[in-house]
Amino acid sequence: MATGEYVPHAPGYVDTDDPKIVTSRFGYEDSYTLDRYLATGGYEGLKAALGRTSEACHNITREATVLGRGGAGFPAGIKWGFCPPDVWPRYLVVNGDESEPGTYKDRLLMERDPHQLIEGCLIACYSIGLTQCFLYVRGEMAVAQQRLADALNEAYEAGYVGKNILGTDFSVDIVLHWGAGAYIVGEETALIESLEGNRGMPRLKPPFFPAAVGLYGQPTIVNNVETLANLPWLMSNGAEAYKQYGSETSPGTRMFAVSGHVKRPGVYEVEQGVTTYEDLLYGDKYCQGIRDGHELKMFIPGGGSAPWLFPEHVSLPLEARPVGAAGTMLGSGAIVVMDDSTDAVKACLRVVRFFARESCGKCAPCREGTSWEEKILQRILDGNGRPEDLDLLLDIGDNISPGPYPVASDESQGLEAVPFPPRQTTICPLGPSSVAPIVSALRRFRHEFEAKIATPVELGLRGPNAPSEAEETGLRGPNAPSEAEETGLRGPNAPSEAEEVAS
Amino acid sequence: MSRLNEANVALAHEIIARYPKPKSALIPLLHLAQEQDGWVTDEAMAHLAELVGVTPAEVKGTCTFYEMFKLHPTGRYMVNICTNIACQVLGAEDLLHHAEETLGIRPGGTTDDGMFTLEDVECIAACTEAPCLQVNYRFGLRLSIDDFDEMIADLRERGRSDHLITANPGEPIPSHGTLGLSRQHLTEERTAGIVAPELVTEAPVWLTFEPKQEEGA
Repeated sequence: MATGEYVPHAPGYVDTDDPKIVTSRFGYEDSYTLDRYLATGGYEGLKAALGRTSEACHNITREATVLGRGGAGFPAGIKWGFCPPDVWPRYLVVNGDESEPGTYKDRLLMERDPHQLIEGCLIACYSIGLTQCFLYVRGEMAVAQQRLADALNEAYEAGYVGKNILGTDFSVDIVLHWGAGAYIVGEETALIESLEGNRGMPRLKPPFFPAAVGLYGQPTIVNNVETLANLPWLMSNGAEAYKQYGSETSPGTRMFAVSGHVKRPGVYEVEQGVTTYEDLLYGDKYCQGIRDGHELKMFIPGGGSAPWLFPEHVSLPLEARPVGAAGTMLGSGAIVVMDDSTDAVKACLRVVRFFARESCGKCAPCREGTSWEEKILQRILDGNGRPEDLDLLLDIGDNISPGPYPVASDESQGLEAVPFPPRQTTICPLGPSSVAPIVSALRRFRHEFEAKIATPVELGLRGPNAPSEAEETGLRGPNAPSEAEETGLRGPNAPSEAEEVAS
Repeated sequence: MSRLNEANVALAHEIIARYPKPKSALIPLLHLAQEQDGWVTDEAMAHLAELVGVTPAEVKGTCTFYEMFKLHPTGRYMVNICTNIACQVLGAEDLLHHAEETLGIRPGGTTDDGMFTLEDVECIAACTEAPCLQVNYRFGLRLSIDDFDEMIADLRERGRSDHLITANPGEPIPSHGTLGLSRQHLTEERTAGIVAPELVTEAPVWLTFEPKQEEGA
């Protein structure tokens, strides 16, 4: 059914009149075929790259400041430069294990435009001498795997991948690899462990910085799908053209997935830095505001790991630095919007439960701490919370991420923001991420937690920590202080007056 | 059943050959075993251990880390309903509850006729299309309760449903264990050559070669 007609959008993607760098083909029904790719400027970026020296291509990427789109936002050109000069071979590992709650852009890029990703991989390999590329796709993305397998077979057949690409000395193999369901494998060292056939547990940095000691102990560049998808356009149009979009410190465009209680949720490609959360959430060409009859209560600004933001923060630009200073992160470009119908405790529990389920179990503070956090939040939600639980939650969080945890400002309470990132007692940031919803929700909505703890009676059932019947009725239960203690009268087993005087 | 059949052994060798070190093929090979049997058997794991040159315990160690590998038989269709935050705020719990009532099983359970296994899963990357689910890792988006019922009836009757998105329109939903319907094939004449890292000592030739024509940056 490859009609080639431009349809308004692929499922989830919303087309706007904004400049497009990575989603330019999403409207075509057959966007994933080699024919459509070639008809729309495909592999021209590779040809432009091969017309230059490798070093020149690396320099263009460096000049353009292509920021990593996976979450950390580190410039790709600088990351590439971290490979030790004389150690060979070097590998490219593409991080397509997209699983951060709220995030999906890489899946669309792989499903809708697999050749663009392949071309991006080739350009990265050419630029810094990477001789084999592994495309690690999330296990659950069957359609993306199928499209990439087809695209790779086509590209090999047509001479774009493999030996002597386009008649040059440039030769590289791209291997499709896929995972099997583990969020933590999105962390780059865990991804490498998984690619070596092991349990996907993160490695300690140092020494295991992938650019120095990565796959099979060799220098390895791990780049996000969206990051690489920018390279074909960049090579065709140059760094200056790329920098015309976005802000000075965050050039180019970025894909944002806005989900939750907005009128038109979707994946949008917008200019970074110059667009704000407000534009995206309320703009007519974007999400068109909160659904009717409701108001914004809070939003997750950068994936499940990000501390929450609130209505007064919507004017922040979509740029890593100001969002970091505001106490959270731009992260993976995932915005989850929650309106006033949302129960803050329930939302907090749901995000924490995710981290408890996905903890790999390597570091004790995370392995134990995340499940404790989940259990405590569950009992508060069930009406069995204890008054000390709120401090207990914060204490557990402090053991995973010591010190003041990043959190947004709260003018109504006169509280300032604590800037990102959090500190950690763990190898990777998964455990500390579980603290984000707790600190965010507790600081802002402590009264909601307290209300649940103060009113444990639901449907007439009493939780174990509810005030005892005795306390309420005046009847004495077995653990009530004895009459003797209260009245000063001595019972038969009390120490004798003589014993007390002696001690 | 259990050990890989002859055709799959040939495929396994092809997959192993793509990696500089054989153990890297383990996750794709476990998927292959699951594709053959619908779940991962001890015999299959022992066979994979022989193929990649590790112990069966190492294979099991890897296998048990990953949620998609099932160590017991499942239904023909794995129905995975996302209940993570973006879906939760738009009614995923109602959908899950409805699925439990309709299928008569709790998450983790399989219907008596062996058709459906239900799971309550984490974010599956379709957040703007909540509530969403996957059936054998094919997406169903913005599903109402009626849509869900229709989808279940479709799967029972025809083995596919218009509520589920496949790579090509009209493709059937394969039984549990099969992911993408196509595979990558590296041919001898086109491959750049997969070599063990210890055999490479020099920078690749193109890093030093002069490009044929110079274009403006």
